[in-house]
Amino acid sequence: MKRVQFEHSPIPYLFVAPQIIIIVIFFLWPAAQAVYQSFLLEDAFGLSSQFVWFRNYSDTIFSSAWLQAFGFTIIFSTLVTFLSLGIALLLAVKANEVIQGASTYKTLLMWAYAIAPPVAGLMGNLMFNPLIGDLYGFMNAVGFDFDHKLDPYDAGFVVILISVWKQVSVNFIFFLSGLQGIPKSVNEAAMMDCNSSTRRFWTITFPLLAPTTFFLMVINITYAFFETFGIIDTTTQGAPGGATTTLVFKVFQDGFRGADIGGSSAQSVVLMLLVLVLTVIQFRFIEKKVHY
Amino acid sequence: MSGVQLKSVRKTYPNGAEAIRGVDMDIKSGEMIVFVGPSGCGKSTLLRMVAGLESISSGDISIGDRVINDVSPSERDVAMVFQNYALYPHMSVRGNMSYGLKNRKMDKAEIDKRVNDAATMLKIDQFLDRQPNQLSGGQRQRVAMGRAIVRDPQVFLFDEPLSNLDAKLRVQMRIEIKRLQRRMNVTSIYVTHDQTEAMTLADRLAVINDGRVEQMGAPMDLYNDPKTLFVASFIGAPQINLIPVRFDGIALSNGNLSLPGFKDLPKDADLVLGVRPDVLVETPDGQFEMRVDLVEQHGGENLVYGALTGATNEEGEDLELCLKASKETLPELDGKLTLGFDPATAFVFRKDTGERLI
Repeated sequence: MKRVQFEHSPIPYLFVAPQIIIIVIFFLWPAAQAVYQSFLLEDAFGLSSQFVWFRNYSDTIFSSAWLQAFGFTIIFSTLVTFLSLGIALLLAVKANEVIQGASTYKTLLMWAYAIAPPVAGLMGNLMFNPLIGDLYGFMNAVGFDFDHKLDPYDAGFVVILISVWKQVSVNFIFFLSGLQGIPKSVNEAAMMDCNSSTRRFWTITFPLLAPTTFFLMVINITYAFFETFGIIDTTTQGAPGGATTTLVFKVFQDGFRGADIGGSSAQSVVLMLLVLVLTVIQFRFIEKKVHY
Repeated sequence: MSGVQLKSVRKTYPNGAEAIRGVDMDIKSGEMIVFVGPSGCGKSTLLRMVAGLESISSGDISIGDRVINDVSPSERDVAMVFQNYALYPHMSVRGNMSYGLKNRKMDKAEIDKRVNDAATMLKIDQFLDRQPNQLSGGQRQRVAMGRAIVRDPQVFLFDEPLSNLDAKLRVQMRIEIKRLQRRMNVTSIYVTHDQTEAMTLADRLAVINDGRVEQMGAPMDLYNDPKTLFVASFIGAPQINLIPVRFDGIALSNGNLSLPGFKDLPKDADLVLGVRPDVLVETPDGQFEMRVDLVEQHGGENLVYGALTGATNEEGEDLELCLKASKETLPELDGKLTLGFDPATAFVFRKDTGERLI
C-alpha cells in the first residue's frame, strides 16, 4: 500500500502554539514543580532543602488534620453539589412554567452568577456578623443557639449556604436551557399519556435532562472542591478548629501560612490524584447511564 | 365507539386574538374527518382543543355523551399522532408504545399483547428494542401511530402526521392510514394543509378559514358544489381558474371578454367566475383565447398555463389560466388556444362576500 504524503506546513503548529504555551507554563510546569517539591523538606526560611522520598506523603495522609479536611471536603462537596443542583432544577422547572414576566424572573435568578466567590463570601460574612448580621440575628431569633465562630456545624452551615447560593444561578441557566431544549410536542405527548405531572417529570423530563445534569455534576464537584476556596477564605477561614477546612484550603494554609512547601505540595499531588479518580469514575460509570 | 360533538366552540387568546370563532360540528362514530385550510386558519388549534392541549374559551366539546371541556388530556380517551412524531427519545420503541398503558396501571401481559399486536399490524415488530434515533422517518411515523393504536382510544387525532416524510412515503403512509382507520373503525380527526391528502383520506372534509368552518361535506360534494369562493379555490388541484367579471344583463364581461349563457345575476356587484381546469376544452367556437406560457407534462396529462387575452385582473395584469389537457395536447409556446366551457359547469361567486350565486 502506498501512503499519500502531504506537504507539511508549520502554520497549523503556529496556530495551536499559544494554547500549548499557556498550558505548559500555567498548568504542566506548576504541576511538575508540585510533584518535585513534594519530595523535598525545606527549612522554615527556605534556605536549604532535603530529599525525603515519601515522608511528606505519609505525614500528610496519616495526620488527623488532613483526614478531618478530607472528611469535610467529601461531605461539603456532596451537599453543595446536591443542594445546588436540586434547588436550581426546582427553580428552572418552575421558571419554565412561568408565562408572564418570565424574562424578569429569569434575569433575577441569574444575577448571582456574576458574583465572584470571594465577594459572595464577604457578603455572607456580613450577613452572619454577630454584631450587625441579619441572618445571624434571624437564626438566633428563631430559636437556634447559632454561633458559627464556635460551633463546627453552624460554621459548616454558613459555608454550604453561601456556596450553594452562589452556584444555584449557574445551574439554573443550564437547567433552563436544557428544559427549553425538550421539544414541546414530547411534553404534549407525555401529557396525553400520563396524568400525573410528578410522574411525567421523573419519567420524561428528568431522563431527557440527564446530559445537562451530568455535565453540571462534574462542574459542581469541581466548584465545591476548588472554587469555594474564596468563600471559605473570606468567611470561616477553616475555623473553628479546622472544621470547615477543605483540602484546597489546607494546601493554602500549610503552604503559604505554615511555610511547609513540601507538605502542601504533597497534599496538592494527592488532591490531583483524587480529582483524577473522581473524573474517571464520573465518565466511566455515570456517563454510561446518560442518554444523549 | 363514539362520535365527537363541537358546540359553538371558541378560542380567544389572552391578547384578544380569536383563533376559533364559533365552530359547530357533529362527527359520527367511526367517521374520518379531515380539517383542511391554509396555515394559520386555526385547524391545528381546533384539533388541539379536542386533544386538551389548548383550553376552550367557550362552547362545549363532547366525546360520546361526555362533555370533556375540563377533562385532562390523558383522561379524554383520545390518542394523538404529532407532526414531528414526538417519540420519547430515551425509550425504546416498546417503551414508547407501552408508556401510556403503564401509566394507566394496565396488566403487564395485556400491555405486551397490545404492543405486539400493534407492532405486527404496523410491521415494526423487529424494531421493538431499538431507540427512536435508530429508526428512519417512516419507521418513526409507524411507532407514533403504534403508540396511538395500543391505547385503543375512542378518537384518533392526527396533526399533519405525514408532512415530514418524502413524497413517495407520504403516499404510501396515506393509504396505510386510511386502511388502518377502516379496519379499526375509530372516529378520527386529521389535520392537513395538503388538499390531496384531504380529498383522499376524508369521509367528510371541513374546510376551515380564519377560525370558521367554511363548508363541511364529502370531498366530492365540496369539489362539485362549493358554497364559497374560498372552498372552490382551496379544493381541487390544479387550482380553479378565477376570472373577475361583471354582469351586464346578458353576459359576463371583463374587457373584451364577453361570456353569454348566464342569467339572474346582480348587475351592480363585482363577480368572480370560477372554471375548473378540467372543464375547459379546446374548441374552435370557444368563448375565449389563451396565450400559452408554459406546458407541464405530468405523464398522463398535460397542464397548459397561459394568459387570458382581452381580460385583466384589478391590477391590470393578464389573467392566469390553467387548462388540463390530454398528453397529446402540446401547444406551441406563445401560440394561441381557443377555449370553451359549458356554462352549467362553471361557478359564479360574489366577490365581496365570497358567496356562490350559480
